[in-house]
Amino acid sequence: MRREEGGTFAPVDTIEGGATSYIDEGAEGDVAYEYRLVAQPPEPGLDSEISAPVRARANWFDRTKFNVLVVVGFFCLLLFIYIRRSEGGVQWTFRSIPGLAAIEEAIGRATEMGKSVLYVPGVQEIDDIQTIASMILLGRVARMTAKYETDLMVPTNSPGVYTVAEEVVKSGYSDVGRSDMYRSDQVRYITSEQFAYVAAVNGLMLRTKPAANLLLGAFFAESLLLAETGHSVGAIQIAGTANVHQMPFFVVACDYTLIGEEYFAASALLSNDPRLLGSLKASDIIKIFLIVVIVLGCVLATSGQTWLGDFFATQ
Amino acid sequence: MKRTVPFLITMAAGLFMLVAFFVPHPSVRVLYTEMQTWAIVVVGFTYVLGVANLLRINTRHVARRERDWPFKIVLIAGLLATMAIGFSEGISDIMDPSVLGYSETGSRFQWVYITFYSPMSATMFALLAFFIASAAFRAFRIRSFEAMLLAIAAFILMLGRVPLGNAIHPVIPGAADWLMEIPQNAAKRGILIGAALGVIATGMRVILGMEKTYGGGEGS
Repeated sequence: MRREEGGTFAPVDTIEGGATSYIDEGAEGDVAYEYRLVAQPPEPGLDSEISAPVRARANWFDRTKFNVLVVVGFFCLLLFIYIRRSEGGVQWTFRSIPGLAAIEEAIGRATEMGKSVLYVPGVQEIDDIQTIASMILLGRVARMTAKYETDLMVPTNSPGVYTVAEEVVKSGYSDVGRSDMYRSDQVRYITSEQFAYVAAVNGLMLRTKPAANLLLGAFFAESLLLAETGHSVGAIQIAGTANVHQMPFFVVACDYTLIGEEYFAASALLSNDPRLLGSLKASDIIKIFLIVVIVLGCVLATSGQTWLGDFFATQ
Repeated sequence: MKRTVPFLITMAAGLFMLVAFFVPHPSVRVLYTEMQTWAIVVVGFTYVLGVANLLRINTRHVARRERDWPFKIVLIAGLLATMAIGFSEGISDIMDPSVLGYSETGSRFQWVYITFYSPMSATMFALLAFFIASAAFRAFRIRSFEAMLLAIAAFILMLGRVPLGNAIHPVIPGAADWLMEIPQNAAKRGILIGAALGVIATGMRVILGMEKTYGGGEGS
């Protein structure tokens, strides 16, 4: 039961008898409330005393997210350090990713064969980070196709992605001085319905028989439908996604697959920009840190110490 | 200017969203919710551009009698008819329950959706079974040590998921569960951690303006 100081009690919630704390989500800010527990079914001897008045105040920091802040803060710090070092001329080495080298190779193959390149940016909206990463890669792909004078087709399943993709491709052509080659039907909006989009893209593949299919973005049930159709038309296929459940389909049906972090690292590696490469190095360092924390957490948990695991647990 | 202003807006919005994740104060939450509403409004406008693009490309196809042009007429007619039916029905009237909105069961728009779109969509999805069969055939050809491991794991898993597996030996379903819970989960979590770090790094690169390609400009 709850009442404003001096007012009449009214029920606010029912809680289990063993509960030792309660958060009143409906309390208004800066109002003095008094609380009391009333037994159900009624048994006056079990009712609690009236609590001292308390006031709810809005917090400026969500303490349950402290662990997230620590890791993100540490990561940002590493990002700045490694970007600075990159700008200072430090060279980094990264393992080669065959799928990345294959992108230029696939576009070259399409050029030699006089066929087009099909770029599918996934089926998520433009606010999805995988779609944003896909748009970044599309910019680099558009520059390559413009340079090689190869046709590029970008069917999209969201009008938001369409507007951004159109701008990205147009700028890619303009960046290499080939604005004259850009056609307004290269980037097109198909539909936002998942399987209608698949039908349209598969139809496009079967009619135009592209030499290279780049499936880069967030994919769901349509991944294998697209990749198998691409395989059937003999296109070299490079896929990249962070959707774990779709990766096996791409691994099976495509020639190269950028898995998870490789997909997000692709644009930085393709750009060769020292600042972007510095940010990749920071990712690698935090990965080592997390591996150490996971191993340490396992050892501590095995010996009965759970504080490290508890600290990293999210709410 | 054309590129700087969008990047400044991106940076401001990105940093605000990052801060808002940690700050539950109502003054921040109100703006946070408001900005998400703005995003919906922006997406609404992009639909106009998207439909205009769709109509422009397909009407041009028809006008030039390009390959498969009759199908484009079906597409344009379907689009315009569905839009007309949807707009004519509008949204449901709270004061008058007899007025069916386009999304209500029994409306003409729903009839179009259930009669035409749903079966076609289900047909596309059903094709997945055939594609899985052809993809599995290629995947399970043992051409390397890794492919052999994949084939053995898949064989145990498939056998463990059907009653036949248990009939052959009771250990098989347990082995299938072990494969899913230990090696599969470990690999999956490793990929997820890597991807999550990639997400943060990409997000920071975009917010800080280091990665500008998505906005139509060179990243470096």
